[in-house]
Amino acid sequence: MTGLAGCLLVSSMLFAVGLAGALTRRNTILVLVGIELMLNAANLNFVAFWRFGPHAGAMTGMIFVLFSIGVAAAEAAVGLALILAVYRHTKTTDLSQLTGVRR
Amino acid sequence: MREMTVPFLILAAVTLVGASAAMLFRGLVHCALALAVAFAGIGSLYLSLGAQFLGLAQLLVYVGAIAVLIVFVILLTRGGDSDSPPLSAARWPITGLMVAMAIFAILAWAVLHSFAIHTAGTLAPQATIRQMGTALMESYVLPLEVIGLMLTAALIGAVIVAMKENPR
Repeated sequence: MTGLAGCLLVSSMLFAVGLAGALTRRNTILVLVGIELMLNAANLNFVAFWRFGPHAGAMTGMIFVLFSIGVAAAEAAVGLALILAVYRHTKTTDLSQLTGVRR
Repeated sequence: MREMTVPFLILAAVTLVGASAAMLFRGLVHCALALAVAFAGIGSLYLSLGAQFLGLAQLLVYVGAIAVLIVFVILLTRGGDSDSPPLSAARWPITGLMVAMAIFAILAWAVLHSFAIHTAGTLAPQATIRQMGTALMESYVLPLEVIGLMLTAALIGAVIVAMKENPR
């Protein structure tokens, strides 16, 4: 198996782990953690294609991952702030109890 | 790196075990620590792939900032106790796992049947921190400014959202 295939398999496993966590965990923070893991899996794909791709000198993959890390940082900050704001109102971070929007 | 090497396999195993532990542990603080391990593993994978700057940025941003931020929120919302519900009380345990496994099966099938994995380049590309800086300051200076503006706006928004409402 070539290095590219190994990287892509690792990143798809990481994506699946993050997706499973985001779908099954009941804690809001852990759902956010799962989303972060999926973002990291996508970043790993970018780096792998940059490393093994034919136009590695252009560094587009690296630059894209850099910007993606920036966006992920902003997303984590806003998401955690939202979790804090919701917790202040409802005193829980359990998703199965946060059904106020559904009704 | 024509074939998968032993360091790559070790780093991948550390990353995947850390990620799985972050999704499986009961205690939230343990989850955050396992998440830091997974992020550090991904950063080391970047380093082993030759992306020096990205590996260091990953360590700084994810292990240094996001994991610590998550620990802060865990402590602010629960006081650090590990009374998160057991895995048997997960939201949709069977459906979630089946969806994740189906996605992984599709992705793995697509990867293994792709012709692109056989045409992988051989020599390692050079991307020193100096080249990254030059590229960021010359070709990508506008996206850099935009991302800086977006980060500022997002952080100010996060502070405003998390701020206590003043009692009127």
